[in-house]
Amino acid sequence: MNLLWLQSGGCGGCTLSWLGSEHGSLFRELADEGVELLWHPSISETGVDEARDLIAQCAAGLTAVDVLCIEGSLLRGPRGTGGFHRFGGGAQPMIEWVRQIAVRAQHVVAVGSCSSWGGITAAGMNPTDACGLQYDGEATGGLLGPDFRDRTGLPVINVAGCPPHPDWITETLAALAHGRLRAEHLDDFGRPRFFADQLVHHGCPRNEYYEFKASAQKSSDQGCLMEHLGCGGTQAHADCNQRLWNGEGSCLRGGYACIRCTEPGFEEPGHAFEATPKIAGIPIGLPSDMPKAWFIALAALSKSATPARVRENATADHLLRAPSVKRGKR
Amino acid sequence: MSTRRIVGPFNRVEGDLEITLDIADGRIAAAYVNSPMYRGFEQLLQGKLPADALVLVPRICGICSVAQSAASALALADAAGIEPPHNGRLAANLTLATENLADHLTHFYLFFMPDFARADYAGRAWHAATVERFRATLGSAPNQVLPARARFMQMMGLLAGKWPHTLAVQPGGSTRPLQSSEVFRLHRILREFREFLESVTFGAKLEEIAMIASRVQLEAWRAKSGGGDLRAFLAIAEDLDLWHLGRGTDRFMSYGCYREEDGRLFPAGLWQGTAATLDISSIREDITHAWYAAAGLPQHPAEGSTLPVAEKDGAYSWCKAPRLSGQVVETGALARQVVAGHPLARDMIEGYGASVAARVAARLLEVALVLPVMERWLTELMPGDPWCIAAKTADETSGVGLIEAARGSLGHWITVRRGRIHNYQIVAPTTWNFSPRDSDGQPGALEQALAGLPASATDPLPAAIHHVVRSFDPCMVCTVH
Repeated sequence: MNLLWLQSGGCGGCTLSWLGSEHGSLFRELADEGVELLWHPSISETGVDEARDLIAQCAAGLTAVDVLCIEGSLLRGPRGTGGFHRFGGGAQPMIEWVRQIAVRAQHVVAVGSCSSWGGITAAGMNPTDACGLQYDGEATGGLLGPDFRDRTGLPVINVAGCPPHPDWITETLAALAHGRLRAEHLDDFGRPRFFADQLVHHGCPRNEYYEFKASAQKSSDQGCLMEHLGCGGTQAHADCNQRLWNGEGSCLRGGYACIRCTEPGFEEPGHAFEATPKIAGIPIGLPSDMPKAWFIALAALSKSATPARVRENATADHLLRAPSVKRGKR
Repeated sequence: MSTRRIVGPFNRVEGDLEITLDIADGRIAAAYVNSPMYRGFEQLLQGKLPADALVLVPRICGICSVAQSAASALALADAAGIEPPHNGRLAANLTLATENLADHLTHFYLFFMPDFARADYAGRAWHAATVERFRATLGSAPNQVLPARARFMQMMGLLAGKWPHTLAVQPGGSTRPLQSSEVFRLHRILREFREFLESVTFGAKLEEIAMIASRVQLEAWRAKSGGGDLRAFLAIAEDLDLWHLGRGTDRFMSYGCYREEDGRLFPAGLWQGTAATLDISSIREDITHAWYAAAGLPQHPAEGSTLPVAEKDGAYSWCKAPRLSGQVVETGALARQVVAGHPLARDMIEGYGASVAARVAARLLEVALVLPVMERWLTELMPGDPWCIAAKTADETSGVGLIEAARGSLGHWITVRRGRIHNYQIVAPTTWNFSPRDSDGQPGALEQALAGLPASATDPLPAAIHHVVRSFDPCMVCTVH
């Protein structure tokens, strides 16, 4: 299975995350899965004229593309011309190249939240009219339109995340290479369910603080970041605290909030990223699938039941009290 | 009579790059460097809460992500008038140094060296070995480096949660308090990385590399046995005379980086044959040849504006043209070490000036200089002491954050009005190095470095042009943001 990777209105961070794959050399990992790089702007040998000719051949259908990966938002501006990104070496806007190759490719993969929904590049006034391949925020549409299906009938596969975990990218490509990715393996937003059917909350090391609503008051505190510091981990679809990052990391393990970067529209949360919006002292944005009345009742109960150990440790940057040691009866 | 040729996309640079060449008599008469993509970060930051910049600006760039965080955190700390505690300062140093060293490694192995494995050089004595070692994606080096780099980046898992795009770097310090056993784990990662560098990259102790004080000593060191990829590069550099290729401007700038208790490990400064004081207030961004609406004379970034226009006479890039006292400067690891006064760095630019070989050697020299300092910083961490203090930004304030990314000087200028970001201007390393011409017609550093090189209107682009372009370790997504 060959792979053509193009970048547009993003930062290249999805590729850099991918290169941090921790299963030996990524290049060998891809070869083992039967994925052959046709071209990737950051790592391939060929450039300038040769690369341009190759991409023109892909657009013309003279070179077959099995998987087209797009990293970065699609920049439609100014005024629909696509002029904010003309692919190097000529006048044609990148959105035109993407349109031409996408209809010919066997599969189309959006790598990262920019090419999935628009992402950070679409924040604020969205100066470049950035969108995703098949979504514009939560709305279907995007560059390719809501009805786009690849040659096997799949929609665009959204490996969302800012950036995505390296394994999300590789495992998606491997599933495609092995013919094991079908429509039922994608969630409602076209994300592979193998990572999107989890919540960031699952496996969070701050779980005990969450249970007792023992909350961090400021950055570097050990407590739960949901009540005050903007954490959206109970609503964000990803397995970040089960499949760790760069060895033993994750946003929560790094001490800062989950900003729900796998979700469409995460770039405009409607409040400060690292502060939790509240109504009458109660955080808006409850955990997924949790009835509000029960959440409030349980939160009140658990707060009043918080052990002193958990309460004191929550607002410290190191353990003040260790769990007590129990001895068996003699 | 010259012929015009447009070349692009340049690959193995971070982001998009196109260069227009005017070719006459078999040489480049003039080069015009175009950064062909615009995203509008400075526009989308306007009206945001100041602290939200910490989420947005790292996402300018996937390879200088922490450098962007660090510059933003410094600007916000400056605006709030705070200083992080001891541990917070060290954690910021370690996080930035990890990214910078990883970037140097990525540049050398994945972006720069594969060009010597190309068929252009078939027939050179070193070509077969270079193909085996450095060929893009297939060579033994990239396949050996990726796992070593991934292991080194586990520093980020512990220090910053993840890379790229962390929120651990805050104006008041680090969100990630480290306990003693975690500091131990960081030591272990550095030890493994040191072993990799000493056995694979250098074939020598880091301290031995750091002591090399001149090109003569470097040559003598190369002639010794010991192997390592630096020796392989130096042999190629001798054969192809990369010491006399790609001279840009002879002015080198560094904002300085890595905060120590007193000053910065590598100090700020300017070098133009002799050391000079760096006057930040003399920076101006010229937009004569960039697709932005003019707002009068070139502006200091604190007062800068970013108003993209679709069409403009004489414009050929989305990159602005920053100038220091009206002059072009080069920035990067070479400039940083020249300014800091490392004798090898100074000696490498004696005579010819900056070159492809000097830029690449300076990067590897810096790896050897910084890793031992990282080891020291780890020993200076004090688990149990504070890591972060709260930052409260006033409703009316401003701040500046100046830092060194792997590829050079990065500056953020923020103005806050009524509690919101009124203006946020960013001048990135490659904005300096790959700038277009200014109102005086002065070409940017790369434009100067390419002028005069052999080229043809129709033949494949000579490899030398690739070497010169990549010797700057360009980051195009930072250049225009």
